Amino acid sequence: MSSQPSDRPIAVSLQAVSKLFGVVKALDNISLDIYDGEFFSMLGPSGSGKTTSLRLVAGFEQASSGRVLLYDKDVTGVPPFDRDVNTVFQDYALFPHMTIEQNVGYGLMIRKLPKPEITRRVGEMLEMVRLPGYQKRKPSQLSGGQRQRIALARALINHPRVLLLDEPLGALDLKLRQQMQIELKAIQREVGITFIFVTHDQEEALTMSDRMAVFSHGKIEQVGTPTEIYERPRTAFVAGFVGTTNILSGHVAERITESAAAFSIRPEKIRLVSPDAPNESKTTRVGGTIRDVIYLGMTTRYLIEIDGGGDLQVIAQNTETDSTAAQATRGQRVDAAWPTSAMRLLDVDNRESGA
Amino acid sequence: MAAEQARSLPAPRPSLLRKISAWFYRHPNLSLMALLGVPMLWMVVVYLGSLSALLIQSFFRLDEFSGRVIREFGLRTYEQLFTAAHIDIMLRTTLMALAVTFTCALIAFPLAYYMARYASFRMKTILYLLVLLPLWSSYLVRVYTWKIILSQEGIISWFFDTFRIRFILDGILSIPGIGGTSLSFSFIGMFLVFVYIWLPYMIIPINAALERVPKSLIEASSDLGGRPGYTFRRVILPLAFPGVVAGSIFTFSLTLGDYIIPQVMGNSSPFIGITVFTYQGTAGNIPLAAAFTVVPVVIMVVYLLIARRLGAFDAL
Repeated sequence: MSSQPSDRPIAVSLQAVSKLFGVVKALDNISLDIYDGEFFSMLGPSGSGKTTSLRLVAGFEQASSGRVLLYDKDVTGVPPFDRDVNTVFQDYALFPHMTIEQNVGYGLMIRKLPKPEITRRVGEMLEMVRLPGYQKRKPSQLSGGQRQRIALARALINHPRVLLLDEPLGALDLKLRQQMQIELKAIQREVGITFIFVTHDQEEALTMSDRMAVFSHGKIEQVGTPTEIYERPRTAFVAGFVGTTNILSGHVAERITESAAAFSIRPEKIRLVSPDAPNESKTTRVGGTIRDVIYLGMTTRYLIEIDGGGDLQVIAQNTETDSTAAQATRGQRVDAAWPTSAMRLLDVDNRESGA
Repeated sequence: MAAEQARSLPAPRPSLLRKISAWFYRHPNLSLMALLGVPMLWMVVVYLGSLSALLIQSFFRLDEFSGRVIREFGLRTYEQLFTAAHIDIMLRTTLMALAVTFTCALIAFPLAYYMARYASFRMKTILYLLVLLPLWSSYLVRVYTWKIILSQEGIISWFFDTFRIRFILDGILSIPGIGGTSLSFSFIGMFLVFVYIWLPYMIIPINAALERVPKSLIEASSDLGGRPGYTFRRVILPLAFPGVVAGSIFTFSLTLGDYIIPQVMGNSSPFIGITVFTYQGTAGNIPLAAAFTVVPVVIMVVYLLIARRLGAFDAL
């Protein structure tokens, strides 16, 4: 389904959009198409412009220049209350003086649906977010995870064409967050609405998205499927921000690849082999010394000092090794070997020239 | 190395203060008493004490021949209280308090909203200063200043004369009941001064309530399709209502009890404050003065009960 998104209509289109807050450029001439029915993530560190982009789609901010299109309709000057999108807020923004029923039914009340109809739909919606019977409670009586579901129900009940989610899982603890990730994904499949999901958590973006955009300093670094972003990062920023990686450049890179161009190699792609093990084909190999060993339970992280300068991080599954055995390798000489195909040449200057 | 340094750090020297602090640490109830002792003493003795003295006085009565207070419990004083003339005073004062409160809320809300939602930090500081600045000068000075401003020879009169629109002012002043010979001798003038004097007490609590309404709630309402008017009625006003009520308690009760503005401004029709002042002073009728003081207290209790019915304290 997500393999050929371009067959589908474009749900949201940002066209050469810039946003200035005073002298600060929050968004710098970005263009982006999001397709109908996609689960699309906007990933980036704080201040990278991801939330500003979302707020432009919602209508809470107005673009300084450029256009915002919603299903081919220019909505650049349309206020939020006239846009067919709904938002799940980071702080949930439930109305504290209203019951859960009034909160969830708020949009329907504005659309002047008859009372019994509102009651019925609110009931169905609470069923869907697995909080049936919570109608008469107040938001203050709910836990963080429950409030999050109510915020979702309140937005989805209006059948928006696009649902915007602004770091909705940020305030939840790890277990609950992972559970909600699965639930959100299931709900999105069920309702088939376009989801635009803002997060700073790269793992969350990788797990949930059909496609994602990586933001940095008000620009988009790369757009692609999670696999594309992770396996074929185009810039040093993407390689570094999404997952952990080794970025080698200059004379260190030159000694390995005979070219000074920067490349990235993921720590889990690297194997540690004995220096006297025979060479394998299509494998790049470099000698070094194990400087540090960090036992992480499922995996062990090794820090290798490459002969002649430079460091490499290596992550190995603890299939047979235990903590003691791993620690004992400290100071040993090893060769780090990886499939040559796993190396990614990076376009370091990409960001400055505007991708 | 670092561990050795940590070990060689000297222990804090024992002192009497340390011992006292440790003793309080072991007796948490006593530290609570130390905290609340003085304020409780003040509240109970000075505040509640004077209030109950007042209440007791109101059940005594004045011997009309000797002019002495007879210290016997009875309702004779309250019989005197509910005469037609006195009820007139109560109604006039309550109406004035209501009008002042309503107008203050109407003026204060937009300003408080601007301060909470739009003003920059700098602008907010300036506005706070402007709101509070009048409170630094004497109340009496400000009231008399207004008397001059509103008088026959004052700047407002001058303004209407200069622009040859005197007829507007005359028209306003000829409204029966609230008009008069000049603004400073009319209920309109008194009303204006009341609004001016108590306005800060309305702005500050409304602003405090609005500051506590997160921006995201307003965005959420808009996001769900609520136009600004709808959002105001369904989200902003209900959440700011406790602030409006808090402010109105100030403006309402302060107007009910004030005895200077009704004396300086207006046509010397009696208000509750003036009446109490007269009865306890020149007339020497302390019991009736006390009974009259109970009136605003009762009105305030009724007012608070109505406010509670309207849900003013639900969000607290």
